[in-house]
Amino acid sequence: MEMTDNVTGAEIVLKSLTEQGVEVVFGYPGGAVLPIYDSLFKQNSIRHILVRQEAGAIHAAEGYARSSGKIGVVLVTSGPGATNVVTGLTDSMMDSIPIVCITGQVPQHLIGSDAFQECDTTGITRPCTKHNYLVKDVNTLSSVFHEAFSIAANGRPGPVLIDIPKDVQFAKGSYQSSKETKIDSHRLFEPKIKANDQNIEEATKLIANAKKPIFYIGGGCINSGPKASKLVTKFVEETKAPATMTLMGLGVIGARNKYSLGMLGMHGMYEANMAMHECDVMVNIGARFDDRVTGRLDAFAPNSKKIHIDIDPSNINKTIKIDVPIIGDIESVMNQIFSSWKNNNYKSQKEDLIKWWNKIEEWKKVDCLNYNQGERSIKPQHAIKRLYELTKDKKTFITTEVGQHQMWAAQYYKFEKPNRWLTSGGLGTMGYGFPAAIGAQIANPDSLVIDIAGDASILMNIQEMSTAVQHRLPVKIFILNNEYMGMVRQWQELLHGGRYSESYTDSLPDFVKLAESFKAKGLRAKNVKELDDVILQMISSKETVIADIWVDKEENCFPMIQSGSAHNEMLLNKYQKQDETSAEKGKVLV
Amino acid sequence: MNKSVYDSPKQVEDINRHILTILVDNEPGVLARVVGMFSGRGYNIDSLNVAEVNNKNLSRITIVTHGTKEVIYQIQSQLMRIVPVHSVSNLDKEDSSVEAEVALVNMFINEKNKKDAFQICDLYRARKIENENNTIIFEIAGTSQRIDTFIKDISKITDIEIVRSGPVAISSTQKNEEEE
Repeated sequence: MEMTDNVTGAEIVLKSLTEQGVEVVFGYPGGAVLPIYDSLFKQNSIRHILVRQEAGAIHAAEGYARSSGKIGVVLVTSGPGATNVVTGLTDSMMDSIPIVCITGQVPQHLIGSDAFQECDTTGITRPCTKHNYLVKDVNTLSSVFHEAFSIAANGRPGPVLIDIPKDVQFAKGSYQSSKETKIDSHRLFEPKIKANDQNIEEATKLIANAKKPIFYIGGGCINSGPKASKLVTKFVEETKAPATMTLMGLGVIGARNKYSLGMLGMHGMYEANMAMHECDVMVNIGARFDDRVTGRLDAFAPNSKKIHIDIDPSNINKTIKIDVPIIGDIESVMNQIFSSWKNNNYKSQKEDLIKWWNKIEEWKKVDCLNYNQGERSIKPQHAIKRLYELTKDKKTFITTEVGQHQMWAAQYYKFEKPNRWLTSGGLGTMGYGFPAAIGAQIANPDSLVIDIAGDASILMNIQEMSTAVQHRLPVKIFILNNEYMGMVRQWQELLHGGRYSESYTDSLPDFVKLAESFKAKGLRAKNVKELDDVILQMISSKETVIADIWVDKEENCFPMIQSGSAHNEMLLNKYQKQDETSAEKGKVLV
Repeated sequence: MNKSVYDSPKQVEDINRHILTILVDNEPGVLARVVGMFSGRGYNIDSLNVAEVNNKNLSRITIVTHGTKEVIYQIQSQLMRIVPVHSVSNLDKEDSSVEAEVALVNMFINEKNKKDAFQICDLYRARKIENENNTIIFEIAGTSQRIDTFIKDISKITDIEIVRSGPVAISSTQKNEEEE
């Protein structure tokens, strides 16, 4: 039993973090967290990564968490420190990433007085955290920490924020170990680890009798742990049915697995979307029917029975009506499904599956990712393809910003393992990829970490160059530079008559000189002949590198299901047009 | 009332009134979490009631809302995601529940309509509340519907000012263990 009396709040913070096994904290100091930074100074077990803006700290913590499976920890000051992490909190809420964020607060007697660097942190972050705390009594501080770590990781993971007034950091109180802390079970999102057996039976029966089954696999499989991904792959192989993955689910089933159809959704594979449209049984494992995936709801997989496996009951029937809901953790649900499949001696419908795969092979012939490289300017698709070919044999982590480059990365980079692909899926945060790469590199110091970026996105958190160089992180930034906010321009082209309002980025920096000014390495490829050499130089370098790849400025991202269209209404190239009624309807959507 | 950005298949479900009773930890900010979920996700609150229960560490929030079966289910599971929420029950679902609200009515009556007004109050078993200014204030309790008809009847006779509490409800079959 460890009970320590008479320690300061700041020391309790460090003791709690240490007991929770925290190795790294991403943060930025300020007036209201000075006592905690003082305690940090006096110890050696926790490493602090100083960022250059608080947004960088929380995205780095997200990258750290997603690439390692651990909880990401952030430490920032009150007021602007807290408001700067709001985007990252929302991002990790949307993508279910476990984060514990510690914010300083003005002393309690000043709360509500509009004090310097005061803001209502718990008020502002209430809707974008799984839970948050304002700690008023130093004696509750350690139990709050232990509870916060449990909540962040438990059930559907997410961010938890702890706001600590400065007087509480100075006050002396007692430390309670996590063993001594009793957490009421209702506060822990009570995940039904084991699912209802009757629903499992219904599900396996449906799968066994399906003529045109499809697995629709999401990020929940990754959150459930590496074992879950293995079990899902094993079950897909057992049933021999096709499987498609969401943006968040890439890597659950290896891209080279013969049952994988690749990504589905707005910029998904032709064959994946067509198969979703025509399936008769859909098995959703850890995905949430996001609007980027479903397209027009009234035409979404119209003739299918739907099975939905999710840990969060609120995802069931949220937008799509489900026939067989299964609430539980994917790893244990997959085990249950396996034993039900075996006990019933189920086999897939062989004849029907052959016909189904023949149909899919026909769709594959469309070759939706086809592009014509030519001899001079680099096609962005080609840049990613070469990057993949030249890095596929290494342990490589890919992060992205948001936009065209992100979709090309998802399409052309082939992920074989979970936790290697870190992208802002739900919130779509430009500026996510570079700090996330910093976090991933901290968690995996000997691996290759590459941020595939666009010229506009990278400027949103470019200040973190300084962080990467200070901590000697050999992060690579691979910029597909087309001097446009490419995805904005693509939508303007498709929906707003080609009026490129404010989507051209004038006055871009010289990225090579920019890298050099941070004492990092700058490289540039202007044409296709230089591309491989630049990629090889980049990956063999031990330094932080910016590779500025000049790509074809006019290239658009296809295939595309435009907003308001259905899965079988994909555009494959720029010569196709959406029909006018759905275009008008789609225009008002996001 | 689907919450997707896309059109959903035509709704055939009825929109009904539901009383949700939510048992929560009695801690700062818990009401804001519950109310914020409603406003943040675009659901409506028709009325809201909060009070401590016997156990000082718990509060009960009673919310009247309306929506289709799916919407109510979604509201319930979104509420269950809130950490200090213990339980959410939909009392209309159990159709064996009792509901009541309280209204205070200030009446501006004169000698002429006094008799009629008092007669109606008597009929509805409204109780006169003595107060130091000798204004005529009645208290009436009952279902929302009953108070509605009372207001309708009394308004025909005199001008009134009215304050309503919004309904609270209790299941008439089950007893909630957590509260004992």
